[in-house]
Amino acid sequence: MAGSTAPSGSRVRRQLPTSPWLFAAPGFLVTGVFVLYPFLSTVVDAFTDRRTLIPGRFVGLANFRELLHDDMFWIGLRNSTLYVLGVVPALVVLPLLLALLVQKNIPGIAFFRSAFYTPVVASIVVVGLIWVWLLDERGLVNSLLETLGAGPVGFLSDQWLLLVSAMAVTVWKGLGYYMIIYLAALANVPRELHEAAAVDGAGAVRRFLTVTVPAVRSTMVLVAALSSVAAFKVFSEVYLMAGPSGGPAGEDTTLVMLVQRTGTGLTGRVGYASAISLVVFAVTVVLMLLVLRADRKDEA
Amino acid sequence: MSVIEKARPAHRPAPARASRSGLTDEHGRRVRAWELVVRYVLLLVVLALTIGPFLWQLSTSLKGPTEDIYSSPPSFLPAHPTLHNYARVADTIPVWEYALNSLKVAAGNVVTNCVGSALAGYALARLRYRGRRVATLVFILAMLVPAESIIIAQFTTMRELGLNNTLIGVVLPGCVAAMNVLLMRNAFLNLPFEIEEAAYVDGADVWQRFLRIALPSVKGTLAVVAIFAFMGAWDDFLWPLIVLSDPSKFTLTIGLNYLHGTFANDQRLVAAGTVIAVAPLIVLFACLQRYFFRGVGEGAVKG
Repeated sequence: MAGSTAPSGSRVRRQLPTSPWLFAAPGFLVTGVFVLYPFLSTVVDAFTDRRTLIPGRFVGLANFRELLHDDMFWIGLRNSTLYVLGVVPALVVLPLLLALLVQKNIPGIAFFRSAFYTPVVASIVVVGLIWVWLLDERGLVNSLLETLGAGPVGFLSDQWLLLVSAMAVTVWKGLGYYMIIYLAALANVPRELHEAAAVDGAGAVRRFLTVTVPAVRSTMVLVAALSSVAAFKVFSEVYLMAGPSGGPAGEDTTLVMLVQRTGTGLTGRVGYASAISLVVFAVTVVLMLLVLRADRKDEA
Repeated sequence: MSVIEKARPAHRPAPARASRSGLTDEHGRRVRAWELVVRYVLLLVVLALTIGPFLWQLSTSLKGPTEDIYSSPPSFLPAHPTLHNYARVADTIPVWEYALNSLKVAAGNVVTNCVGSALAGYALARLRYRGRRVATLVFILAMLVPAESIIIAQFTTMRELGLNNTLIGVVLPGCVAAMNVLLMRNAFLNLPFEIEEAAYVDGADVWQRFLRIALPSVKGTLAVVAIFAFMGAWDDFLWPLIVLSDPSKFTLTIGLNYLHGTFANDQRLVAAGTVIAVAPLIVLFACLQRYFFRGVGEGAVKG
């Protein structure tokens, strides 16, 4: 979005007066009908008791009051928040280390870069089902553990282990994506800084902390912002690993899973699901602002 | 670089000496042998962690009905490799129809995103009219709205349009993604205005300038939009799950979830299904990977 003003010196003017809008019409139509209108109706519906087949009446803050007493809502909020806390630090640090590993142009490195990116390309459903099989009570991971003499671990049956396993899958799938972002940032780190530090006797770890990290700081903030918003909205990983009802007693339900479960189907409570959706929206906005604010404060 | 080079020339090995010993990095400096070994060991470990699960899935899908897929220690290679499970998936769920549905959705998404975002991006970047800034702002705001927070309203909108449970309904909400419009806008902004001015002087109207001059110059960005539109549509799960209810209309991702839910007890079947879903994408990615990494590679060499 660099530069929102028209490039100066533009003299290309001759056009039919209607054509700019003709050009933009398909984009506007789709954005208006399928993004902006649904957003506005989410805001409006959140204050009604609308259901799938029944038009809603205005009920004020009733939906939000109900949320406060809904155990499932608090479970969803807890799990989505835990997801952010568990996933974001790993996705800020690990892809950076991976980028450093694949940065140097040694023979075959292009193959490794592509291979590390493969989990990003694979559909989340494929990834989810692969890991369900790997973490199965009798799956590969447990089979290896047993070979080492450790008992089978109930990765998918224990409420907390399941959440942690889902986080691990999210991190596994995201590594390559953020690795590429870091690679682009590392390419812009001036070599002189490294050389100067090396001359001063700094080892690899010191150079990483005093040269690399400060140089890619703004990228780390970007990754933190992107991954925290994505982690808070997690749906597919947990849905696939825990099942539609959210694991044992629904204890692994996330907020977006709750939105999907509450708002769809013939008896879907559209109004109530919209209220939860607004909470999701509000938290993602707050997360973005928090991360960006933290960035600015550190620089000052 | 120059300051350090001048100040401490002794610390930089001469290029001639470096190239003698074989392997050098992009700056012509020798890579030490032990460092190289450590790097390759780490690379192979990560390779096993990222590719291993896919290979394990492939291996499971090739194992025959008499083979123990739960053995401990695990056997990584099928003793009697067979394609039988792939035929059985097709008997269990109409997997090829689902794949065709996914292909239709993905192809539709590519065409609409390329055409729609190129047109809108051009209008935002190159045409002058009242309200242009507001128009740009609309797309920026749309990009900031998380899809997950409006899916229920998108679902009811789709119902009101009577497009629920159709493949068109799957395509429509993302068919001109705001993100792609802004990508194309930035690509057009970076073109020098002079080339269009020359065409203008020669009497080309706005459509001719767009089609013959501007569009061919942003092919790279268009390719990126196309690749991501294809993968996004092929991989999407939540929206098709919500909008599709009739099993005959399922896309591959929804079909796989259905397969998993219904036949969870036979891992060979689920594994074969996932391989069918992921193989085309890995092939596509392998063919197009230079578009993914081109910018990064150029940057790394320059760095």
